[in-house]
Amino acid sequence: MYRRRSGRTIAGIAGGLADHLGVDVLWVRLAFAALAAAGGVGVIVYGLLWAFVPQQDADAEATPISPKERQQAIGLIALGVGVALAGGTLTGTFNGWAGAALALAVIGAAIVWREADERRKGERGAFVRTLSGIALVISGVVAFLLQAVTNYDQPEFVVASVLAVLLGVAAVTVPWWLRLVRDLGEERRKRIRTEERAEIAAHLHDSVLQTLALIQKQAETPREVLRLARGQERQLRTWLYGPSGYSRGDGPTTQQVSGPTTLSEAVEVACGEVEDTFAIKVQQVVVGDCELDEKLTALVQATREATVNAAKHAGVAEVSVYAEVEPDRVNIFVRDRGKGFDETTVPADRHGLADSIKGRMDRNGGSVRIRTALGEGTEVHLEMPRSTASARNAGREAKA
Amino acid sequence: MSETTDTTRKVRVFLVDDHALFRAGVRTELDSITDEIEVVGEAGTVGEAVAGIAAKLPDVVLLDVHMPDGGGAEVLRQVRPTHPAVVFLALSVSDQAEDVITVIRAGARGYVTKTISSQELVRAVVRVAEGDAVFSPRLAGFVLDAFADRPGSAPISDPELDLLTPRERDVLRLLARGYAYKEIASELFISVKTVETHVSSVLRKTQLSNRYELSRWASDRRLV
Repeated sequence: MYRRRSGRTIAGIAGGLADHLGVDVLWVRLAFAALAAAGGVGVIVYGLLWAFVPQQDADAEATPISPKERQQAIGLIALGVGVALAGGTLTGTFNGWAGAALALAVIGAAIVWREADERRKGERGAFVRTLSGIALVISGVVAFLLQAVTNYDQPEFVVASVLAVLLGVAAVTVPWWLRLVRDLGEERRKRIRTEERAEIAAHLHDSVLQTLALIQKQAETPREVLRLARGQERQLRTWLYGPSGYSRGDGPTTQQVSGPTTLSEAVEVACGEVEDTFAIKVQQVVVGDCELDEKLTALVQATREATVNAAKHAGVAEVSVYAEVEPDRVNIFVRDRGKGFDETTVPADRHGLADSIKGRMDRNGGSVRIRTALGEGTEVHLEMPRSTASARNAGREAKA
Repeated sequence: MSETTDTTRKVRVFLVDDHALFRAGVRTELDSITDEIEVVGEAGTVGEAVAGIAAKLPDVVLLDVHMPDGGGAEVLRQVRPTHPAVVFLALSVSDQAEDVITVIRAGARGYVTKTISSQELVRAVVRVAEGDAVFSPRLAGFVLDAFADRPGSAPISDPELDLLTPRERDVLRLLARGYAYKEIASELFISVKTVETHVSSVLRKTQLSNRYELSRWASDRRLV
């Protein structure tokens, strides 16, 4: 909700409320006038809304107001104030003169607040109006004190007069206090924005600009340029979109410190390492996801080893890694379209396939199938059954 | 690819991307490596794109996903009702599930990332021009994931749209594993044409199914 800046009669509160509630402004004004009759509640509510509801933006669309509407509004204000005064006098809340004094002070305060809304500095008319508002408040206070002399005893009078003066000063200075508080808030927001911008600039400098500089230096070695570009792309992507990344609202500084906790993260990290080390592209797709446990960590390590093998021996620029999480097991395929090999001719001193992949999978209850032929590429299929606990977790994750 | 060589007419392509440098790059790439494709125009904003496509009536629009004023999805929304014959292939630097799914559901016939090789890009353009769908491995993975049967998933209101057939699943899995259509065909003992039919059918389901509220699914996902 906001207060109308244009098309207002006093502070734009009735108009703002009407816009907010989607009713005609006349009804809001009538309600305020009626509430004013109820012991001045309308006046107090109006004052509180004035103090705490922010004003519409200065460049917001102007609301047109017809002369008739303005007349109605002024009539309702007079009615509301009159009824409030009459009600107060009749019920004996205060005698006639105290009521008049109060009305005087309220009108004075309203003039001061209205000028404060305008935020025009150094304009003669505004200055005069503010001063006359203050004068009205002072005369209201004085009038109240004058008739209080006759009604109260000495000590009571002192207390009443101090209170009256304090209230008068408070009423006149409220807009400036509020403005101070709002400006502080605005300043804080601005500072946060600036800090955020500095953070982005620093990040881009540390990562992207450095990499671009390195790429220029390495221009004659395409492999190195590719490696740098891929590494940088992945890093920037993680920063922008990753689980703890910049756009996820957790703040840009929370990088993964503790290492991957889910299968998809672990596969991504492993593929990234291979990309960086061997300057090839690893196209990875993960369907489904689950928490890492010991078995799955072994599976990811075997995957990494299979990818490294492909990078080293297949003689291709791209390797595909596909992982699918099923309720009872996880399948991972590592595929390249490279040279392929004959399994029986792998020299005995090459332990990669035997130990890192087969051994690791066997020890954890998984299995490995390899499809390859000379000249037709290689596909390593790794399958790992899931422990029951992690299978249950998957069900929960899928629901979440 | 055998199915591309019998095209007698050049495929007329229109480029939409807010980076002029990138447009120039793609244009040079396409012009230099193939004579199957002719770039007939380009645009850098949504407005220019809508006007340009209406004027040139290209066969295929290569569409960037991220642009000011609503991006590729907005171009799709404005052009598709009036020019249903124009086919869109999304070409984006983003691999985000929400971007991919949004633009597919807005009506693109395929999605490839900007790191795609020139030859593969040509193949993808020709393929969508012939009315088939183009799925990057990652898009195949997203779709598999979105249609996966999990405990607690939403009920099926229209089996025709809300379920993938086992065969479609097989095709998607192989796509996600990096297989080309031809390789998928020989792997599953079916023809390339059948593979294309399956992929087109999956595309239709991805565009029309409401089962998992795919768009929301995509934005909930936190993978890169």
